[in-house]
Formats: sequence, structure tokens, C-alpha cells
Amino acid sequence: MILEVRDLTKTFGGLKAIEEVSFRVRHGIILSIIGPNGAGKTTLFNCLTGILPPTKGRILFENEDISKKKAYEISAGGIARTFQNIRVFGSMSVLENVMIGQHSRSREGLFTAILGTGRFIREEDEIRSKALEYLEFAGIRDYADTLAENLPYGDRKRLEIARALAAEPRLLLLDEPAAGMNPQETLELMDLINRIREWGKTVIIIEHDMKVVMGISDWIIVLDHGVKIAEGTPGEIQNNPYVIEAYLGKEEVF
Amino acid sequence: MFLQQIINGLTVGGVYALIALGYTMVYGILELINFAHGEIYMIGAYLGIIFLGIFTTAGLTQYSLPLSLFLTVVLSVLFCSAYGFTVEKLAYKPLRNAPRLNPLISAIGVSIFLQNYVMLTQGATDKVFPHVLPVTTIEFSGITMTSLQIIIIVVSLLLMAGLHLFIMKTRTGKAMRAVAQDKVMASLLGIDIDRIISVTFIIGSGLAAVAGLMVAMYYGLVNYSIGYIAGIKAFTAAVLGGIGSVPGAMIGGFVLGLIESLGAGYLSSEYKDAYAFIVLILILMVKPTGLLGKSEGHKP
Repeated sequence: MILEVRDLTKTFGGLKAIEEVSFRVRHGIILSIIGPNGAGKTTLFNCLTGILPPTKGRILFENEDISKKKAYEISAGGIARTFQNIRVFGSMSVLENVMIGQHSRSREGLFTAILGTGRFIREEDEIRSKALEYLEFAGIRDYADTLAENLPYGDRKRLEIARALAAEPRLLLLDEPAAGMNPQETLELMDLINRIREWGKTVIIIEHDMKVVMGISDWIIVLDHGVKIAEGTPGEIQNNPYVIEAYLGKEEVF
Repeated sequence: MFLQQIINGLTVGGVYALIALGYTMVYGILELINFAHGEIYMIGAYLGIIFLGIFTTAGLTQYSLPLSLFLTVVLSVLFCSAYGFTVEKLAYKPLRNAPRLNPLISAIGVSIFLQNYVMLTQGATDKVFPHVLPVTTIEFSGITMTSLQIIIIVVSLLLMAGLHLFIMKTRTGKAMRAVAQDKVMASLLGIDIDRIISVTFIIGSGLAAVAGLMVAMYYGLVNYSIGYIAGIKAFTAAVLGGIGSVPGAMIGGFVLGLIESLGAGYLSSEYKDAYAFIVLILILMVKPTGLLGKSEGHKP
């Protein structure tokens, strides 16, 4: 198990955004979290990445409790994520965005940087060539020197993924990666996510596009009003009457 | 006359730019106008007097003037950076999640506190900066330039170039730019936000210390209230260049210095200080984002 969530609860005042949710994630799979708007999916991601402290419960990442760690510590510890709305650093180049992703993987301090020591220059070169590899992997290497804000929408989403990968995570969380993409871009995205898994990384995605969810998931968890109502393989979820009733409404959706 | 005023303008402009950088970097990262920043500059000037005084008493200045000047600069920068670091930790960090007005009021409080602290410990009267540096005057086709003016212009340009390289090229500099754009995302990429904020205050305060030292040498007099007017002018320079923009603060500082000295030369030197505020009012009316500033879009 790479991740284990035990009785996780997050409340905002009187509102229970997540209520006693537990699940386990096997190493190397693609897990999808689905559920209607307001089901608590993004709140769950925020708890997993340290943006929001959980109200109750434990989050074990590789058997270590991370529920009280800060966001930058969790990132350095091996979990990276993207957001539903694009959050690239617009006024930096595409390459710089990815180099930032490697922040916690490099060690250069203030003084070596100011003095421009050999070690610093070597490390910079290493970071740069690694960043270019990630761009290559995400298929946007040609844009390395473009300002991120000038990228087309779909490529900005790829950049976010490349930047998250640059942090060398073992667990990657993608929040609605296919949102706003056209069918061609969606296909390319599914291919990218599959390649990330083949690379040995575990991926959790929140996604509304059922073609994506059913096409790439090994396991699916369904949330509704902060409660886990079902989990299983895509086949099991498609035929689960509770899911169909609570979330999908009509069977024809699939 | 014209070239003479240009030289004078570049001298004060370099100083304004160095202080303005501290304003603009902190604003870029915290969206806070650090009104205590002028006081850090004033403390830098006092520290220069104190350390040079100590070295003179200890006989170091007679032994080696360059060494004692070097140590004065280094120690003043270190102490001012420590002041800036401490002010952030004590007065701004606890208010990180408070409404934006609260840290602003805290900044004004710190400014008043530091002024009175220096007044009580150093006295309310002007202090004279020791004349240790031999000042030579260069005359060139009607223009007079002192060696000190050249030093101020060169040092401020070098520091700005260094800062620019630091921000653009180093890992910490990139992290600073990332934090300025999106703190949450930056922290998710493994950047320790608190550390970057501290680095920002340390660098800004260090630059202000150098500015304070150079002005104290240039005018020869230091007083506990000099931080106020210098702070407001540097703030104007930062707004003129576009607050939050580092190159903007550099350009804004020099432009403001030139406006001031040309105004003093051609219009009236009585109103020298007023020009800065006329400029501030005009920018706020005509182009509130400043020369290089961007209009603030949606920040998630």
C-alpha cells in the first residue's frame, strides 16, 4: 500500500465536507475518485497534500502519518498534485516552471548561488537537462522558452503535469485533468497518464469525464456528500445500483 | 547645469532605487506595504556611524581604512538584515492570515516604534558621520562630481545587477518568483514559504542598509527621522516603476531622483521634496500600475 486513509473527516464550521472516509491505494495503480459536485473530492486532495489540516483521521503515506505535515514537507516527501484551475507560473518560461518543480530535489543554498561555485553550476545544468526530459515526456519540449501564460490551454495542463512530475513524486494527484479539453487532447492526456503509471508511479485522479475514468482506472472510489458510497473496478462501479442512483441518475450515461 | 543635475539625480536615484527594491520585493510576495522599511534604512545609517566609531576608537581605521570600511558595510548589512528578519517574524508573520489592513497597521506601528527606539538610544539631535573617506572632486567641462557620488552610483548599479541575477538565475530566486505568483502552488512544489519570505526581508533590509550607509556618508548627517521621508520617496519610486516589479523599482528610483534634481535645478529647490509627491499623485491618477507593473488579475 502506498497510501492509506483512515476515518478521514474534514469539517468547515458545521459543514462536513468529508465524513469518516477510509480507503487504501495499492502501489502503481490509477485510482479515480468520482462523485457529484460538492462531494468533497477536492477537499480530500487538499487534506492529502497538506493544504488543509484534517479535522480527524489519519493519512498514511508509505506507512508514515503525514496528516500533520506542511504542504512543502509532503511535497518533498513524494506527493505532487495539479489543480482543477490551471496554476502555472505565468510570467516564467515553461522550462523555469519545471525547474521550480525540482526545488526540493536540489540542495543549492544562498551562498553557493551567490558565489557561483562549480557545484552550483553543475547542479543547475543537471536540473535544466532533467527539466527538459520532463517536458519531452509531456510532449511540450518545443515550448521550453515560451512564457507559460502564452501556452494554449491544453499545453498548460501538460505543463502542470510535467512540473508535478519534476518534483519526483511517487504518488501523483491530478484534479480534473481532462476538464476543458477537446476529444483529441483528452486522448493524448489518457496516453500521458498511462505512461506515468508505466513509469512506476501511482496516480489518483479526480475526473468527471467518464470516458477517461472508465478508460484508464484500475480502481474507482465514489464519494457523495463527503461519504464514500462505493468502490471497485470500473466494471463493478458501472453496475453498482447505488452509484447509478446517487450519482449518475440515469444508466444511459455510460 | 543639465549634466550636473543628471549626475546629482543619478546619485540620489540610486539610493531611492535600493530602498524601493525592499518595498517592491516585500509587496510582490506578501502584498504588504512595509512602512517600517524606511526605518531599516535609517538604522543602517546609524549602524555605520556606530561601527566606524568603534573601529576608530580601536585604532583600526588608522591601521587600515579599506578594511574598516569593509567591515562596517558587512556588519551594518548583517545587523539590518537581522532587524528586517525579526520585524517580519514578530510583527507580520502572526498576521499572515489576517485581513490585509492589519499587517499594514502593524507596519506603521513598527515604524513608530523603531524611530522612537533610535531616538531614545541615540538621542534626538543630528549625528555627524565621521569624515573617514577622503573625498576628491573631479571637474569635467563645468561638471563637478565627487568620488562619493561615483561610488554611490556604481555600488547601487552593481547591487541591482547582482539582485537581478540572483532573482533570475538561482534556485532561491526562482522560488521567490514562484511564491510571488502563487504561494499555495509554490508550497506544493516543495518550497518553504516562510523561508522565502525571510530571505526577502533579509535581502531588502541589506540593500536598505547599504543605502543608509552611503547617504550618511554623502550628506554627513544622520537623524532618527530620516527614514520617514526616504521611505516615502522610495515607496513613490516603487509605485512609479510598478509596485511588485523589481526592474520597475530600479527604474522608478532613478527616474524619481532625476525628476527631483532637475526640478530643484530648473524650478525651485525649495519644493524639492514636493516633486516626489506630485509624481506619486500623477501616477496614481494616470497609470496606477506604474511603468512596468501589471494590472492585478485574479489571484487564486
